[in-house]
Amino acid sequence: MLRYLMQRIGLALLVCVAVSLLAFTLLNASGDVAIAMAGEEATAAQIDAMREQMGLNRPLMVRYGEWLGNAIQGDFGNSLFFRQPVGELIADRLPKTLTLAFMSLAVMLLLSVPLGVVAALKPNSIIDRAALLIAVLGQAMPNFWFALVLIVIFSLTLGVMPPSGSATLKHYVLPAVALGYYSTPPMMRLIRQGMIEALSSDYIRTAKAKGIGTTKIIFKHALRNAVIPVVSLSAVQFGNMLGGSVVIEAVFGIHGLGFMAWESISRMDLPVVQAVLLIVAVFYIVIVLLADFINAWLDPRIRIQ
Amino acid sequence: MTSLDLSLPKAGTVRRRGILSRSAANPAFLFGAILLGLIVIMAILAPLLAPYDPLAQDMLRRTVSPFWMADGNWAHALGTDGLGRDYLSRIIYGARISLLIGVFTVICSGIIGTVMGVLAGYFGGKVDLAINFLIMTRLTLPVVMVALAVVALFGGSLIVVVLVLGLLLWDRFAVVMRSAVMQIRNQEYIQAAQSMGYSTPKLLFRELLPNIFDRLAVIATFEMAHAILLEASLSFLGLGVQPPTPSWGLMVAEGRQYLLFDSWLILIPGAAICALVLAINMMGDGLRDAMAPETRN
Repeated sequence: MLRYLMQRIGLALLVCVAVSLLAFTLLNASGDVAIAMAGEEATAAQIDAMREQMGLNRPLMVRYGEWLGNAIQGDFGNSLFFRQPVGELIADRLPKTLTLAFMSLAVMLLLSVPLGVVAALKPNSIIDRAALLIAVLGQAMPNFWFALVLIVIFSLTLGVMPPSGSATLKHYVLPAVALGYYSTPPMMRLIRQGMIEALSSDYIRTAKAKGIGTTKIIFKHALRNAVIPVVSLSAVQFGNMLGGSVVIEAVFGIHGLGFMAWESISRMDLPVVQAVLLIVAVFYIVIVLLADFINAWLDPRIRIQ
Repeated sequence: MTSLDLSLPKAGTVRRRGILSRSAANPAFLFGAILLGLIVIMAILAPLLAPYDPLAQDMLRRTVSPFWMADGNWAHALGTDGLGRDYLSRIIYGARISLLIGVFTVICSGIIGTVMGVLAGYFGGKVDLAINFLIMTRLTLPVVMVALAVVALFGGSLIVVVLVLGLLLWDRFAVVMRSAVMQIRNQEYIQAAQSMGYSTPKLLFRELLPNIFDRLAVIATFEMAHAILLEASLSFLGLGVQPPTPSWGLMVAEGRQYLLFDSWLILIPGAAICALVLAINMMGDGLRDAMAPETRN
């Protein structure tokens, strides 16, 4: 088990380095921040001075090393627009994005687990068909559009939900539905598939033969085995939600990490963009790693391999 | 010798014809194919079908209602937008953008992902490790944020959007191709070809690829839908296709300010995106079911 843990952690660290290198070179290889910072009427000498001042005239790899070294210590430099340490900005915005992602995850599980289980119990029934329809629609609708439709219905027409902002948890309901619904279909398929496989397996037949009640069979025996891939997919989806919340945050005016990334990208505020990319990627890696560990703990077969 | 040479390609073609005819028997696949066909025809014949120039503004006829509303009329069947441009014409031309993005992104990402997957699956060992690492790194990158940043840096042209999406969406091709090739690698007909002294590239292209073509087609449909949705998101955020190009995602963004009184301005282009993605996904589902009937339940 320890060997397995160490291998996974080592690989995760390598991926972190690769991602940071990619993000850094991508954002620094093109476009010249010094020109943007010096303004349109700046002379060549002023631009050079700006470059000198920002340390942009040094080789890319030297700057990357310095940036990564500082980033590990939590220092992401200063935002060019906010004139504030990027670390503080992120600490301020991250909770909003995390709240949105957790609530979206909850929406996804609340929709996909019951629908997947019911669909598996009665394949090709009306409920199964309805679940399939929900899945097909969920994958076809652009999430920003679904979000706007939700605003039109629940905020503008019925007036029961706030259309934008993040003041209370109620403000997160519509955004979480919009973001969570999009990730529901793959999860639902996975649960349905897993349940069907589990229900037709030998140990379930044995349990039935022993006279164990249906509810107990479904929840204690079948669902427990179907849940292993669900943990992995939940982790991946949660990581994707952190990165994919940009669009939903923009629609609902939630000033989280995604919104800040979007604004900063438009303003070419590269220190912020680099930091957000790295943070989102590290979150993704850590969450997926945690899911792997949970599964290794749940399922001894994974550990031994 | 000759009998073996003849029998190998034949097996491939028979199977491929099989999957298409089996898919065609599936009503969902047929529905998707017909819907997609209509949208493709609409895109190709856009200059003939569109009643107006999609870029022509008419300041006297702004936000005219579509035909089904009380104050609508058939002169502008789907109404006009905030700049008085005919909405139906913009929707028709918008199909071109979505389809172009979908097709070229998939060509780009399909080539990258297939090459990676085939190399990893066929050679295994260190090549496999390196490619797995690349796949992991790619999965870690937040697609929307990276795409937004690249478009901001290089400008929002169609080519930039296609390239950035193509460079980001190859992971599923690589993952599926890798496992498919691993499965096939040890089968007898590959070993037969190997023992006949086929060179590695010839083996990969002549023997391996035709046999994983079905699986490739299924991922291609889903990735095409994915790319179309992503383009819509990027354009919606203002960092995709640039105005005045009629992109459906951009039209939703432009309609946002009329959300309260003229919500049809966002409903129509959104429904168009839905229809296109739905059509492609239904074809993909049909292909997948025909390929592996056992996965249906």
